[in-house]
Amino acid sequence: MWIQYKTIVIKEILRFSRIWVQTIFPPIITTSLYLLIFGGLMGDRIGDMQGVDYIHFIIPGIILMTVIQNSYANTVASFFLAKFNHSIEELLVSPISYWVILLGYISGGVVRGLVVGLGVFITISFFVDLQIYSVFIIFIIFFLTAVLFSLAGFINAVFAQSFDDISIVPTFVLMPMIYLGGLFYSVEILPEFWQNISRFNPIYYMVDGFRMGFLGSSTTGIVDSILVLLVMIILLSLLAFYLLKRGINIKT
Amino acid sequence: MPIALTIKSLIKTYANDFHALKGIDLSVEEGDFFALLGSNGAGKTTMIGIVCGLLEKTTGEVNVLGLDQANNAYEIKRLIGLMPQEFNFNMFEPIEEILINQAGYHGINRTCAKAYAEVLLKRMELWDKRSDMAKSLSGGMKRRLMLARALIHKPKILILDEPSAGVDVEIRRSMWTFLKELNAEGVTIILTTHYLEEAESLCRNIAIVDKGKVIEQTSMKQLLARVSQQTLILESSEKLPEIPTTLGFLLTKLDDYLLEVVLESDINITQVLKILSEHNININHVRNAQNRLETLFLNLTSGK
Repeated sequence: MWIQYKTIVIKEILRFSRIWVQTIFPPIITTSLYLLIFGGLMGDRIGDMQGVDYIHFIIPGIILMTVIQNSYANTVASFFLAKFNHSIEELLVSPISYWVILLGYISGGVVRGLVVGLGVFITISFFVDLQIYSVFIIFIIFFLTAVLFSLAGFINAVFAQSFDDISIVPTFVLMPMIYLGGLFYSVEILPEFWQNISRFNPIYYMVDGFRMGFLGSSTTGIVDSILVLLVMIILLSLLAFYLLKRGINIKT
Repeated sequence: MPIALTIKSLIKTYANDFHALKGIDLSVEEGDFFALLGSNGAGKTTMIGIVCGLLEKTTGEVNVLGLDQANNAYEIKRLIGLMPQEFNFNMFEPIEEILINQAGYHGINRTCAKAYAEVLLKRMELWDKRSDMAKSLSGGMKRRLMLARALIHKPKILILDEPSAGVDVEIRRSMWTFLKELNAEGVTIILTTHYLEEAESLCRNIAIVDKGKVIEQTSMKQLLARVSQQTLILESSEKLPEIPTTLGFLLTKLDDYLLEVVLESDINITQVLKILSEHNININHVRNAQNRLETLFLNLTSGK
């Protein structure tokens, strides 16, 4: 079982490493632009947010956004392509359990999230003197977020029938959730109605928890953030396993 | 002889209500070289897909080397190697990696997998291309890669779905030799093919599938014995004289050097050649006008 798991993870890592120009490099460029625009050019005019200067406020969200996007992108692209070119059959004819397949793909997404997240972190550290409150909180929120969005990408790939289907969810669901999850602003500045709406957005809890790891303060509390992540991971894992076991859109 | 594969009352109905398999019953002995013939859409690939775990059956039983598929799915997958009809590997992966990964999915460690991948790639004449991306291979090379991949975990049963499609004559012959060697080593081989000559020259037993049912399962020898007539083309290097009409068999002069003879079951080619020689007609080459299996296959599937 360990060899089978390791094989999938190595294959996944090699896949995104071979195309590093598409997978690892662009988030670093995008991050630099965010820092230039929101930090360097606009940050001073915006002033403080949640008690810290604006650039320090947005950095955790920017890092977490790249983790979310890359974990999701890795599993959705890899698993959909495996379906598209039928190489998924290599796994289906092998004595390999569905949990190992799921775990292998999720681990691939987590590793890409980690690599890109670290790349962005290092890039930012060249420009900004980063505050770190708790490495443990940073790591736990990063890890759980990467797992959750790798799972979400996997489920998207199972349902996807065309290349359009793997870009619709990131564009029309994921991106609005990220931007409205308090990435560039504190939810506390919103009217009460919109504050309440924001609390239904799981990304709000992740960004808030991740920010806690850097700045030492949050609006919801780290326990809520971890609980939301864990509950969602359990739900999506069960759904992904069910889809794999039933062979929905994989076996017919 | 122990049974390698037993299929009982296998039914597959797709979501669109298409009945691909309508109650397949089939049995393949261990060590056999077995042909599965059928026209396009007959249900061969669906049957193979179910046996290998690629498709879910609707009802029925599959048993591999004494193991029931319903309770031993993983064990059965270890016993079977599949070379599918369509290319189903990642075109952007290096060839050697494809084999090593497939071995890894079977739980074989990288060192062992690498060593056996080398053996197989050399046997398939792909070793020089081991670092190339799969997309750079020709059609025939891609088929050989799939054959190597099917063998990487040393299966006891090898299922080949149209292995020779798009492979040139020379490579096809070399592949046949390799398959015969594997079979001689004890690997049970189940082959579907459109090249009936391939089935006739390689396989000992045969099943013919038509419209989702097995309409015939017998030995190749028995099946071919049913063809009472055989038409042969006889070629002479000398210009042929006038053909006598009282030879005792039907002989037609096609041109100055070619004859067509129709053999009934009461006369064989040795007797024909002897009679012709007595009439100073020397034949240098004999070939089939039509593959015998092809004639029979067409008769069976057209309901004649």
